Amino acid sequence: MNNLNVAQIQLNGMSYEIDNDTNLSELLNRLKIQKNKVAIEVNGEIVEKNKYPNLILRKNDKVEIVHFIGGG
Amino acid sequence: MPDDFIIANKKFKSRLIVGTGKYKDFEETADVIKASAVDIVTVAVRRVNISNKDQPLLMDYIDPKIITYLPNTAGCFTSDEALRTLRLAREIGGWKLVKLEVLGDKKILYPNMIETIKSTEALVKEGFEVMVYCTDDPILSKKLEDAGACAIMPLAAPIGSGIGIQNKTNITLIKEQSSVPVIVDAGVGTASDATIAMELGCDGVLINTAIAEAKNPVLMAGAMKHAVIAGRKAFKAERMKKRKYACASSPQENLI
Repeated sequence: MNNLNVAQIQLNGMSYEIDNDTNLSELLNRLKIQKNKVAIEVNGEIVEKNKYPNLILRKNDKVEIVHFIGGG
Repeated sequence: MPDDFIIANKKFKSRLIVGTGKYKDFEETADVIKASAVDIVTVAVRRVNISNKDQPLLMDYIDPKIITYLPNTAGCFTSDEALRTLRLAREIGGWKLVKLEVLGDKKILYPNMIETIKSTEALVKEGFEVMVYCTDDPILSKKLEDAGACAIMPLAAPIGSGIGIQNKTNITLIKEQSSVPVIVDAGVGTASDATIAMELGCDGVLINTAIAEAKNPVLMAGAMKHAVIAGRKAFKAERMKKRKYACASSPQENLI
């Protein structure tokens, strides 16, 4: 039976389970990611850092979290 | 006399820019940056590895408050991909100075100049300061400058090829006509290639593979630092005229 308290999102191309009503700040905390080192896109739209606490993730949301790596 | 390197109204000391790709770890990357004494490094934007939360981060080794990060669009083949990447890069920490490269072919990694010009125009409109990787074509380089590029970065040769400047004439023509800095980007193989670029009058050189794939990257990073300085000084000093025949260096009078 499906657990009604959780939802599946697509996180960096992979299926990822979150609690219902998780916001972006909570997701970052859970992933132990500092917000000043990343940028986040939800469903193709960049989310400004000050809006993370207000953005509640929904089932099937496509979330991309990116950072800087070595490159030429 | 100061010889500052000015890009988009920002002053830099070093005319060498290095890439941070292809190193064995971040310690080596940090050592290379120290040895090359650069002010600017290029970086790529990629997905965070969600499954390995403890992976080290570039920012923990190279402080963006000390070294200017120049986010790139490596791996982008369309204007839309490049724009998306740089908008994300800007959101990470407010970076406006960026390196645009829109590639046209996976094998030769030559820029798609049509998409590159289109992207430059769009990015400039959005307030980005765009340093643009491009072909060594003087006409297209001019179009980039007209589109608002803050630096023109023609390739010396294909990315990672290490074969040095293939068309000195074109690089010289691009430099002569440009009112923004011209930085040779891609194709440098060893120190003399960097020196030649600077002797031609270029304002800077961007190097990654030539350092990363040297047997001793840190030593090569130091070599590149000196090569760029040597080439710049030689250019500023204005070299002697070439002659067909010899001209003795010691006086010809009062020979014993």
